[in-house]
Amino acid sequence: MPLPAPDDTATTEDWQAAGFGIYVHWPYCAAKCPYCDFNSHVAATIDHARWISSYLVEVERYFQETGPRLLRSVFFGGGTPSLMDPATVAEVIAAIRARWPVANDLEITLEANPGSVEAGRFRAFREAGVTRVSLGLQALNDPDLRRLGRIHSAAEGLAALEVARATFDRVSFDLIYARQDQTPDDWRAELRDALALQPDHLSLYQLTVEPGTAFADRLARGGLRGLPDEDRAADLWDMTQELTATAGLPPYETSNHARAGAESIHNRIYWQSGDWLGIGPGAHGRLTLQGTRLATAAFRAPAAWLDAVERRGTGESGRDALTEDERAEEFLMMGLRLTEGIDMARWTRLSGDRPLPLASLRDDGMMTLSDDRLRVTATGRPVLNAILRALLTPSR
Amino acid sequence: MTDPARIRNFSIVAHIDHGKSTLADRLIQLTGTVAERDMKEQMLDSMDIERERGITIKANTVRIEYPAKDGHTYTLNLIDTPGHVDFAYEVSRSMRAVEGSLLVVDASQGVEAQTLANVYQAIDAGHEIVPVLNKIDLPAAEPDRVKAQIEDVIGLDASDAIPISAKSGLGIPDVLEAIVTRLPAPKGDRTAPLTAMLVDSWYDAYLGVVVMIRVMDGVVRKGDRIRMMQTGAIYGIDRLAVLKPAMQDIGELGPGEIGVFTASIKQVRDTRVGDTITHEKGGTDTPLPGFKPSVPVVFCGLFPVDAAEFEDLRDAIEKLALNDASFTSEMETSAALGFGFRCGFLGLLHLEVVRERLEREFDIDLITTAPSVVYHIHMRDGTVRELHNPADMPDLTYVDHIEEPRIQATILVPDEYLGDVLKLCQDRRGIQEQLTYAGNRAMVVYDLPLNEVVFDFYDRLKSVTKGYASFDYHLTGYREDHLVKMQVLVNEEPVDALSMMVHRDRAESRGRVMCEKLKDLIPRHMFKIPIQAAIGGRVIARETISAMRKDVTAKCYGGDITRKKKLLEKQKAGKKKMRQFGKVEIPQEAFINALKMDS
Ligand SMILES: Nc1nc2c(ncn2[C@@H]2O[C@H](COP(=O)(O)OP(=O)(O)OP(=O)(O)O)[C@@H](O)[C@H]2O)c(=O)[nH]1
Ligand SMILES: C[S@@+](CC[C@H](N)C(=O)[O-])C[C@H]1O[C@@H](n2cnc3c(N)ncnc32)[C@H](O)[C@@H]1O
Ligand code: SF4
Ligand SMILES: [Mg+2]
Repeated sequence: MPLPAPDDTATTEDWQAAGFGIYVHWPYCAAKCPYCDFNSHVAATIDHARWISSYLVEVERYFQETGPRLLRSVFFGGGTPSLMDPATVAEVIAAIRARWPVANDLEITLEANPGSVEAGRFRAFREAGVTRVSLGLQALNDPDLRRLGRIHSAAEGLAALEVARATFDRVSFDLIYARQDQTPDDWRAELRDALALQPDHLSLYQLTVEPGTAFADRLARGGLRGLPDEDRAADLWDMTQELTATAGLPPYETSNHARAGAESIHNRIYWQSGDWLGIGPGAHGRLTLQGTRLATAAFRAPAAWLDAVERRGTGESGRDALTEDERAEEFLMMGLRLTEGIDMARWTRLSGDRPLPLASLRDDGMMTLSDDRLRVTATGRPVLNAILRALLTPSR
Repeated sequence: MTDPARIRNFSIVAHIDHGKSTLADRLIQLTGTVAERDMKEQMLDSMDIERERGITIKANTVRIEYPAKDGHTYTLNLIDTPGHVDFAYEVSRSMRAVEGSLLVVDASQGVEAQTLANVYQAIDAGHEIVPVLNKIDLPAAEPDRVKAQIEDVIGLDASDAIPISAKSGLGIPDVLEAIVTRLPAPKGDRTAPLTAMLVDSWYDAYLGVVVMIRVMDGVVRKGDRIRMMQTGAIYGIDRLAVLKPAMQDIGELGPGEIGVFTASIKQVRDTRVGDTITHEKGGTDTPLPGFKPSVPVVFCGLFPVDAAEFEDLRDAIEKLALNDASFTSEMETSAALGFGFRCGFLGLLHLEVVRERLEREFDIDLITTAPSVVYHIHMRDGTVRELHNPADMPDLTYVDHIEEPRIQATILVPDEYLGDVLKLCQDRRGIQEQLTYAGNRAMVVYDLPLNEVVFDFYDRLKSVTKGYASFDYHLTGYREDHLVKMQVLVNEEPVDALSMMVHRDRAESRGRVMCEKLKDLIPRHMFKIPIQAAIGGRVIARETISAMRKDVTAKCYGGDITRKKKLLEKQKAGKKKMRQFGKVEIPQEAFINALKMDS
């Protein structure tokens, strides 16, 4: 006679389906890129000691709130975290490890810029505990790197990749495509070169002109010519899907490709609506405490954040409890970016069984529903925003 | 009280942009009516739409005091009027309240179509007319040639026309003197029972309904109980004032005076422009003749985007109608759009202005359906139906024939553009009636079907003549023609709000343009959308909107969620401005823009 299955839904919180991670933001760069709307700043001097102590205050403060939880990932993002003093990275990792129990496969990623790589620093990062590097190559040819306003050359990029690979088991790199005047032939050749480097993880972003950036300004003033229109951008997208799949790096998320098993643990916590702490200026977090899911935000300006931490013992500028609708909508919005889609049982629980207008989306070949998972098809992936609008706006 | 002999009432009339409002500024300024620091350009154009478009839409009254050379101080009531043909009703209404007109003519442009139309109206109203030649500061000004033109084309003595620059202030003192010496004083009997004309009214958020009157006979005082003769409504006057242009309280208004009152008027419908106001007790028995009602020529449906706002829309339309006697409304229901109103307007600009005012002043998002003129449907059984909405077109088997409204259009245009104008009129099924010359300007008179004119004729005329032509028209009657109902199908579904009546010979080209326009106006969807124009089941034009191919946020990590949510919220709000037809969402502005032809 089969034993009754233990009913643990009452004791398991939703975030546990994806797990728990920590994001640490380093807000400085050597130069500001014209397309970048990240919270990144150029500073003449940096007082590393102040940063270490502030990070540690935040780590301890959050530990008091979460208590011991199994930690799956730490991510140093930026800005340009490869400009951090390796000692800072080491201290932060040590403080985290001293508090939370960690998974056997704990992933510790650091974003690196090719300009700031030298073998010595990388070894120090590895010794500090970093297990994975995400390298911002952005383009593999000099004219495009210049037009993107990057301060490294293609050769420096490849050299940095060599060093990174020699130092870390897991190395990913980023490319930005759909650039000014980029033809399908150009991109095909460049992407082939990138795949020939045999990465097991790749982030491929179509260039987005973000409001408030230098690029947005140029565009508004009639500059920044030669950006692809919708149809050409779609052609580039299609080609990207094809080439990466053929090379064994199919997309597991809108802009992320990996060999099976090489997906980033950390980013999946975001997309699967797990919990993560946001530490550092402008960092956002999601934290479930006593059944309430909190959205936390921190002061954006580096000086304001340091100041807040030092004087008030917290860098947080605010925290909001998410409503049921907000939780459910975030879950849908983030989860459908993943090729694996979302678990409908979670949707049902989170949304209070809110019906989704799926019929015509399924008829049009945009989505599939099988094995209790809702997925966006290959046809639907490039128009995900339209799908989300259709799903989340009740039609009249 | 003011001695009628020391009052002068006049309207400022002209073709559009000839400088009426600027002249009003100078008259206000020179008489010190408004403090220098409070002056601004075209200060009487107080509505946002007027300031943005740089045109006058509503007639505006202001009372000024002028110490004349004869040693007496005169009270002048000036009414600045709009120039655009769609607001001609404002002009004719205003003229009834005054005894004279300043006819402003731009000395660099000369006599234009509305100059003519306004002069005829002023003559009809029995006005004394003082011609004023404006903009003589411009190098292109030719006052002498324009004087000759006024005499040749209008037949008005222009020897005493006053050359001015409303911009620089040159000649303004002469205008003030001429108002006193050349315009007649109002007549009226102080001791007779009160007879006042309801000239205008509007809704003010703080004051409620404000009523503007012109006293003909008798005296009205604060606290008086008055009766509106047409509606029979009785009110007590709470506040009596004159406009300078801000309200300034006054104890009484006697013959020849123009002012406003408030009276806690609850029923907006009680105030009808053109009505006669008298005292409740001892009032007059003879009402004033009233205004000739305006005849709306373009109709369209107005529906709230959010069906829950229907009552708000009803209220808003009622309040706006108070301020605009020239538009009509009646309730309408549509399968696709729910409850709304079918409204009548004097032209397309009028329609746009009303729609915009409803949206802005009352904060209601609206869907406007395809505008249509009124057709006469002659049924087989001998009855005649008025068709205001193509969606109501009866089954053709019961229809004997269809008549459409025709207009007589007068166009003034410099020689070199005459060919283009004739071609445009010909393309719009016009029949030439007259072609004469005045100097190097041609005046053409055309008989045209109204439905070819209302949508965009004026825009086209402006563009083919680089703005040098002017245009005026009036309705002449109905004539039978070969008219058919053209339906538009979006994604195989007929969209009633887009169906229209067209002439058989023009159907193909209109259908084609309509489909092309809709192709641009409807955003891409996740599927491809066929757009078809059809007459009775036969497709005469088609286009396809290809499926959307890319709309996805490239980067979305932990920190991007909030931004991404905001973006989605914004897009959702954008979707609210759309209407769903089957699976397709059509933006609200598509309904009206689809009708504008480019050729
Ligand atoms: N150079 C010059 N420009 C003038 C003069 N008077 C008016 N204008 C300009 O002509 C344009 C139209 O002036 P308005 O006073 O708005 O004309 P309007 O007749 O009231 O126009 P509508 O009310 O729309 O019919 C504005 O740009 C004025 O600045 C003038 O004497 N000289
Ligand atoms: C956190 S950012 C920056 C990481 C690192 N500082 C760098 O620039 O290499 C991560 C990645 O987002 C991508 N990215 C940043 N701005 C972008 C934009 N406007 N459009 C498309 N991709 C962008 C770049 O590929 C970048 O490597
Ligand atoms: S290096 Fe990276 S984070 Fe810094 S400005 Fe450039 S894109 Fe932004
Ligand atoms: Mg004006």
